[in-house]
Amino acid sequence: MKEKIKFRESRSGAFRALVILLTVVTVVPLVAVLYYIFRKGISVIDWHFLVSLPKPVGEAGGGIFNALIGSILIIIMAAVIAVPLGVTSGIYFSENSKTRIYNIAHLFVDVLQGIPSIVMGILVYLWFVKPFGHFSAVSGSIALAFMMLPSIIKSTEETLKLVPPTLKEASLALGVPYYKTILWVIVPAGLSGILNGIILGVARVAGETAPLLFTAFGNPFLSANIFKPIASLPLIIFNYAISPYDEWHRLAWGASFILVVIVLTLNILTKLAERKWKVQF
Amino acid sequence: MESSILRTEDFNAWFGSSHVLKNINIEIENNQITAVMGPSGCGKSTFIRCINRLHELTENATTSGKIFLDDKNIYESNPTLIRRKMGMVFQHPNPFNTMSIYQNVISGYTLNGYKLSKSEKDGLVEESLKQAALWDEVKDTLHKKGTFLSGGQQQRLCIARSLAMKPEILLLDEPTSALDPISTTKIEDLLLDLKKNYTIIIVTHNMQQAARVSDKTAFFYLGELIEYDVTKKIFINPSDTRTQNYITGRFG
Repeated sequence: MKEKIKFRESRSGAFRALVILLTVVTVVPLVAVLYYIFRKGISVIDWHFLVSLPKPVGEAGGGIFNALIGSILIIIMAAVIAVPLGVTSGIYFSENSKTRIYNIAHLFVDVLQGIPSIVMGILVYLWFVKPFGHFSAVSGSIALAFMMLPSIIKSTEETLKLVPPTLKEASLALGVPYYKTILWVIVPAGLSGILNGIILGVARVAGETAPLLFTAFGNPFLSANIFKPIASLPLIIFNYAISPYDEWHRLAWGASFILVVIVLTLNILTKLAERKWKVQF
Repeated sequence: MESSILRTEDFNAWFGSSHVLKNINIEIENNQITAVMGPSGCGKSTFIRCINRLHELTENATTSGKIFLDDKNIYESNPTLIRRKMGMVFQHPNPFNTMSIYQNVISGYTLNGYKLSKSEKDGLVEESLKQAALWDEVKDTLHKKGTFLSGGQQQRLCIARSLAMKPEILLLDEPTSALDPISTTKIEDLLLDLKKNYTIIIVTHNMQQAARVSDKTAFFYLGELIEYDVTKKIFINPSDTRTQNYITGRFG
């Protein structure tokens, strides 16, 4: 009997060791990536790098100001397009999960999530770039909005499904109309999850390059015109990294660092938003 | 005194194809407590959910027949307006979890978009919480979330929320079944107090509770209204054998 217990305990210990080992194997590359970007990027970063425009080849210095502004602009516009659509679809899904439209629409959302980003870029090129005859920031935003939609829809739907139905009944029983019940009782109760989905959606598309290749296109100058081509961080990284110049490689590392910091900050914001607006049921 | 406020005429309700209320004819009297009792699944909850038209919100739920409130058929009125005339308290306390105690009490007004002055709000909150016998316990924490209260306090907060709307009828769906005995006693005392100003319909599967608080009792069984009479008569000398069997504990 005693022998058996010893055997079991050693087996359990071995299993535990395996799980820890595999976790380490997963985390090490992640930490290595962050460390490498940090080491390569931090030396490039200074105030000048953030607020100046790219310089021609051969001239030292130059920065990513246009790309930073471009990225922020594109992402804000993408969110402005995707959030109202995504949240309202999410509300519809959570309220009507037994209808046929739900089944069909839900399938489409799943498919949308699986569409490769480059394909999304080509589609938006066909729909919004070719007819107008030129690349534009807004077409880039539309492509990114398509990429954000599934995550916003799903997180809204899942969060609202967790809101107890008794709250809805309490509101309706007070004679509150259905739409006000949804807007002022159900949505506030699920706010933390909805915000969570939005921020994660933004973080996910912040680094997308492929959909921007044929839409926002890139621009070496500072531009805030949403109907003209515009620079963005992922694009500038792509262009600099494939260039043959060492100086540009350095800039690409700097831009990568900034991009990673932005995504990381968004993820931390998600956690904070979750804590702040968490509602106890 | 003995005037009826609510009356049903051949009222039926279904969930899909299952017939849960069969030809209900009942008259509820003003300023009285009417208990609706019966074994599980007899349609008693459905009955009061039909009175404020919550039943029809369930998928495949249908009704036929008429229910009159003050001689007006509520099934020909706007359900939202009907619900404002009736307060409802549910089995599980359900204060709005995003709101403070104060906001919960006046939520019927704020959610409906009524504008109230600060003094009107303060007055309404104090009056409603006093009516619900909760004022003394929460007057110093009015701006804390309602979900920090105990179960019994939350339930009284829900009662206050309903009373703030100054309803004609208060519907209670097993309001004490999730509460401890002390909270239950408090709520029962509260109901006896409230009947001076309100008509109360309480669903309960607890016979002692029906006997303690109600003036009249309706006994439902398998979707039918078996017997409806003065509570004392129902408990001492029921006319139907099924009522007698239920009360003496032979089924249910």
